[in-house]
Amino acid sequence: MSKYTEDDLREELKTKEYEYGFYTDIESETFPVGLNEDIVRAISKKKEEPEWMTEWRLEAFKVWKEMIEPEWANVHYEKPDFQAISYYSAPNSKPKYDSIDEVDPELLATFEKLGISLDEQKKLAGVAMDVVVDSVSVATTFKKTLAEKGIIFCSISEAIKEHPELVKKHIGTVVPRTDNFYAALNSAVFSDGSFCYIPKGVRCPMELSTYFRINQAGTGQFERTLVIADEGSYVSYLEGCTAPSRDENQLHAAVVELIALDDAEIKYSTVQNWYPGNAEGKGGVFNFVTKRGLCETNAKISWTQVETGSAVTWKYPSCVLKGNNSVGEFYSIAVTNNFQQADTGTKMIHLGKNTKSTIISKGISAGKSQNSYRGLVQINSRADNARNFSQCDSLLMGNECGAHTFPYIEAKNKTAQIEHEATTSKIGEDQIFYCNQRGIDTEKAIALIVNGFSKEVLNKLPMEFAVEAQKLLEISLEGSVG
Amino acid sequence: MELKEKLLSSFLAFENQVDVDTYVHDIRSNAIKAFETKGFPNKKDEAWKYTSLNKILKEDYSVFSKEENALEYSDVKKYFIHDIDSYKIIFIDGKYSSHLSETTHEGMDVCLMSAALTKPKYRLVIENYFNKIAKDDSLASLNTAFSHEGAFINIPKNKLAEKPIQIIHFSTGNEAALMLQPRNLIVVGENSHVQIIERHQSLTSNPVLTNSVTEIFANKRAIVDYYKVQNDEQNASLIDNTYINQKQQSHVSLHTFSFGGKLTRNNLNFYQNGERIDSTLKGVTIIGDKQHVDHNTLVHHIEPNCESHQDYKGIFGDNSTGVFNGKVVVEKEAQKTNAFQANNNILVSDKASINTKPQLEIFADDVKCSHGCTIGQLDESAMFYLRSRGIPEKEAKALLMYAFANNVLESVKIPQLKKRITKLIANKLGVNIGFDL
Repeated sequence: MSKYTEDDLREELKTKEYEYGFYTDIESETFPVGLNEDIVRAISKKKEEPEWMTEWRLEAFKVWKEMIEPEWANVHYEKPDFQAISYYSAPNSKPKYDSIDEVDPELLATFEKLGISLDEQKKLAGVAMDVVVDSVSVATTFKKTLAEKGIIFCSISEAIKEHPELVKKHIGTVVPRTDNFYAALNSAVFSDGSFCYIPKGVRCPMELSTYFRINQAGTGQFERTLVIADEGSYVSYLEGCTAPSRDENQLHAAVVELIALDDAEIKYSTVQNWYPGNAEGKGGVFNFVTKRGLCETNAKISWTQVETGSAVTWKYPSCVLKGNNSVGEFYSIAVTNNFQQADTGTKMIHLGKNTKSTIISKGISAGKSQNSYRGLVQINSRADNARNFSQCDSLLMGNECGAHTFPYIEAKNKTAQIEHEATTSKIGEDQIFYCNQRGIDTEKAIALIVNGFSKEVLNKLPMEFAVEAQKLLEISLEGSVG
Repeated sequence: MELKEKLLSSFLAFENQVDVDTYVHDIRSNAIKAFETKGFPNKKDEAWKYTSLNKILKEDYSVFSKEENALEYSDVKKYFIHDIDSYKIIFIDGKYSSHLSETTHEGMDVCLMSAALTKPKYRLVIENYFNKIAKDDSLASLNTAFSHEGAFINIPKNKLAEKPIQIIHFSTGNEAALMLQPRNLIVVGENSHVQIIERHQSLTSNPVLTNSVTEIFANKRAIVDYYKVQNDEQNASLIDNTYINQKQQSHVSLHTFSFGGKLTRNNLNFYQNGERIDSTLKGVTIIGDKQHVDHNTLVHHIEPNCESHQDYKGIFGDNSTGVFNGKVVVEKEAQKTNAFQANNNILVSDKASINTKPQLEIFADDVKCSHGCTIGQLDESAMFYLRSRGIPEKEAKALLMYAFANNVLESVKIPQLKKRITKLIANKLGVNIGFDL
């Protein structure tokens, strides 16, 4: 066998456009396109939901009808036609499986391709997984192990049926139905998602993970995640996403709610790799996501995200620091290439005393993409001794892309200490030269430098994810030497 | 009647009075139409998110002053930087006051907008420069529609204006409430140099609303130093729209000192149309009571190898509100740009608030752009150091705040003005220190 050279690597990178862009032919049940009250009812009925849930959805739908799509973000796209989307699509293999062996082999093959062998995962990685295909949860692993500790980890529709008291109490408390256009839409039509409850004082022994995939054409994915960490508990939660390559744009509008009660800690990591569209900017996923966490006293929520996919990203994972001494963190890498557009950032709302927040955002733009950081740090008048540190760095590759920062800082308390800094730069020629001199070719040198640039954030990811994220960064930026 | 209706209806009367030149007539008519469609900005406009005009627009302003008012120099001397020799363009209730002013036509024009708009010899300058860079947003359009009086400064090539120019707008309070719309045009020729001090001063507590537009053109290698002193009475509000167009290698620096007034909004726009341009924007804001100061700056880097420096410091006490919205745009062609922006704030009171939004929009890759923004308190150990040496609390605080603001003052190039500002700061901080350290 001949030696694997760097040329081979480059060749491989070139052809490696979007390796998750396949479509699996699984028989699935898809609702007719369009959205009206009947569809909302039908979704609710399909999920065998109790009456209160149906009402909850209908109310959200009413609110949504009154709302208009937001336009303030620094992204330009053709607005999706909400009547041309199918709001429910599920792999057609009912009833529910009792074990992995009963899962449609076609579906299992899909996971194989994605590099997630449920079985293997179970044995080796020690990661409990909930897999959501076309917005329906198809498999949850490790349920038993978790149940022993009292941890509930299941699909949200199952939770609605089996733990209605928990869902009813918490759903919509962090992201109300009236929050924004997409949150309202999601509340009306969400078809599935993950639910997680960690009881008092329990430290979740493994990483919990949800894997999202859009498979069917012409469907939107609207999943809903609710994570509740009861007093003194700890959980680390991972989320990953991919979609097939299609010429039309697909819509993904998720809502994630995190609730960290007193002394609890939630770590939420996302590696988002939705199909970004081809090199001409055709197709790709519209990613309009509302993520928010609520911190009670001494609680901590940490968001880590690596955003490499999606044609348009509109996403602001936020923390409401309600309790005293609570801590919010946000670590983000957003990479845009070709015609991708990202408008992402965070909101830190300081309400309690001695609250702290840290924001580290790294934006990398290449090709003809536009990358924006938009953030809000708000110190309310009762939030004594609040502390915030924000750092937004942008790296530009080539002169056809743009990097933007829109930080909003609002302070109403004199004891607040806020620092914000932002820089924009490119990869220095001297840095590349240094690497070249030592026999590292330019493409690799860039990967190296980008890696260093993103290190602060990559370090925050759980190990398995960090490796994947690193690889993703390289692939996303291939060919953008400039 | 609402102010908007009032303005629209008085436009016709105004035009009949002053309409002499069809060139400006068209500009005015278009501008009033633009204002009619846009109306006054409200909180839904992103640029006005933190500043509401509602309250100040409720006053029943007279759009024109009915009578000519005169002032004695001795009464208003304290508002001048009187210990330097300078040209002066003075307005009282929007009308030119010849006996307080000192204008010139020798070698350069330091005179009136009304003269420039009507006299044929200025026609070319007006056609080339008037309303060329002012934006067509609602307030600038409103000013354009009523543009008639203000300062006109035209400095030809290779000329060093040997004296600074003071522009002061007084309002006497003879009207119960008055709205003023001065319009200034400043053209600085190649290699020329000028220093300008601008001030708006109300003499009573009657409400005044000033909506001013200043256009500054700095041609090749010109140097312009512009100082805005904003220390007005409690009921005076100011919306200042300044547009600066720079040609290659020109240097423009603009300092804004905001200590007074009810509501002050500074819309400051720099456009860099040439290479190796240097723009400096600096400001000190020290306010208390229910005052509101909003700095809205834009630096538009259009060509390569340019620099911009922004440094805004704010100290906010009582129920005051500070807003800083700085935007730096770097176009694709503007490689090798160096753009810096800093905004530092101290909140002294629990009821004061600060909203800041330092924005960068960058389309070029070979640039150095950074912005920093802080909100904090006085250093307690520094306070302790001063107190332990017998300096009373108030003075110690004032010293630290002065030090905080000092690097903005350092670049003021007129010593007498610097001294005056220092005094104003001492006054504002309620101490009797000269700060001549």
